[in-house]
Amino acid sequence: MHPAPSVILFSTLSGLGFGLLAFLGIGLPAPTGWVAFVFFTIAYLLAVGGLISSTFHLGHPERALKAFTQWRSSWLSREAICAVSALIIMAIYGVGLVFFSTCWSFLGVIGAVFSISTVFTTAMIYTQMKTIPRWHNVTTPAMFLSICIAGGALLAGQVSFAIPLLILAGIAQIAHWVLGDTALAKSGTTLATATGLGTGGQVRAFEPPHTGTNYLLKEFVYVIGRKHALKLRVIAIVLMVGLPLLLLLMGHSHILAGLAVISHLIGVFAARWLFFAQAEHVVGLYYGKL
Amino acid sequence: MTNLPTTTAKKLGLVIDLDTCVGCHACVISCKGWNTENYGVPLSDQDPFGENPTGTFLNRVHSYEIQPPDLGLGAAPAQLVHFPKSCLHCEDAPCVTVCPTGASYKRVEDGIVLVNEQDCIGCGLCAWACPYGAREMDAEAKVMKKCTLCVDRIYNENLPERDREPACVRTCPSNARHFGDFADPDSNVSILTAERSGMDLMPEMGTKPVNKYLPPRVKDRDHNQEIDILSPLLAPVATETAGFLGWLDKALDAMPSPSKSDSPKDSYKGGSN
Repeated sequence: MHPAPSVILFSTLSGLGFGLLAFLGIGLPAPTGWVAFVFFTIAYLLAVGGLISSTFHLGHPERALKAFTQWRSSWLSREAICAVSALIIMAIYGVGLVFFSTCWSFLGVIGAVFSISTVFTTAMIYTQMKTIPRWHNVTTPAMFLSICIAGGALLAGQVSFAIPLLILAGIAQIAHWVLGDTALAKSGTTLATATGLGTGGQVRAFEPPHTGTNYLLKEFVYVIGRKHALKLRVIAIVLMVGLPLLLLLMGHSHILAGLAVISHLIGVFAARWLFFAQAEHVVGLYYGKL
Repeated sequence: MTNLPTTTAKKLGLVIDLDTCVGCHACVISCKGWNTENYGVPLSDQDPFGENPTGTFLNRVHSYEIQPPDLGLGAAPAQLVHFPKSCLHCEDAPCVTVCPTGASYKRVEDGIVLVNEQDCIGCGLCAWACPYGAREMDAEAKVMKKCTLCVDRIYNENLPERDREPACVRTCPSNARHFGDFADPDSNVSILTAERSGMDLMPEMGTKPVNKYLPPRVKDRDHNQEIDILSPLLAPVATETAGFLGWLDKALDAMPSPSKSDSPKDSYKGGSN
């Protein structure tokens, strides 16, 4: 799959933003006044910034409101509804904390549920794709959710939660890689089933429809980045989990925590880039490339 | 709503005969032509006369090689199969349910899968969900394009009746494409599918495609190495040439043959290879 920067930016930033919103929602921490203002500003910059960047890959962003209508069948529509609900509810909850020093915990909990649901629906957009066997398993939502919650704990300063959650996120990410590497072979989809010609012998793609490239090849058959996949995986897991853990264990300070967050964010970026770049869409079979 | 209809009154679709397709790409061109001038936005091309031309196509013809297994008789000749591919108008179309705006839908009356281009936000998710690569985002209009089964031809009373079928079917010079209603067991497409073991592409994806592909027949093998045990008993083929050809053969043999130094090699001024 083509690793579109807008989508990678979206899933990384808003994942972290909604993770922070979820922790704020359940009152961990429950700051008031200026401190609350700073916390909510960071969370909204991340969550909204990510959402805005995701609209850059739309052909017609001016019609985006229509995406709220098909929640009965579409995970993308559900994601849109969850995201906007979370942002509105958490804004009201935030106003209470910032301006009235009151914690409307009921609203906060609902906002937290919507925040986590947003990340879950994002994950389900990928998980539902039977056409991409690497994504079509339970480790995809497990990875997205655990990284969102771990990042949220890190950013919310909940060190006692962040340490085990980061380890959990690392395990989920590695599980996604390990399971993903054999997913295509296990799916049973091959050039033989794609063409139905397998009964006659060994099938080979002889000639593509056109000598040039096309939308399908650009969007679904991205094979450039796979050469360095293993190195990138190591870098991703070290920056996402290893280094932040080390920094958290070194002691409590804003600088160490800040470095941990930055390291975590870069690690997640690398992992998300791989998430797309390594994903094999079965349409590549028709072109003899995967 | 992008929920799929539980049943459709008709199941309009295509049968593609891989045995007779000659890979001429006429269906590709007629599809591109009709669908550029009619339903929805045109199928645009980018850099059409430049170094790297690309464009939107709703139908593309691949070619595959089948190498039959060696059954101990020596390597069988490979078989070339031309393979046109367009939307299969699946009964359980995953492209429809993922659409967040309701732009993609499957028609209750005839099962055709269409895109309402005014509602399409160009998110591309439907193309992700399609295992067959049937949907392409138009780079100019930024909306998703797909085969409409020429919905603007098949019901079009302004066209002569013989033209009321998809452009690809109408144009195919080798009759490799057939259009009809799969819900009717007596239709041309149902009969073809039944008699020629029509098959689904990627059945494991669970999309239940309406379009069916007829497998190519297995080619004859080279029987050189296969000696019939009865062959010594067969009547011998004439080894002596008789009649006029026999006389000609003898007459030519009797003529003096050119000496080796006189070889016709020099008269050739062939290529460097």
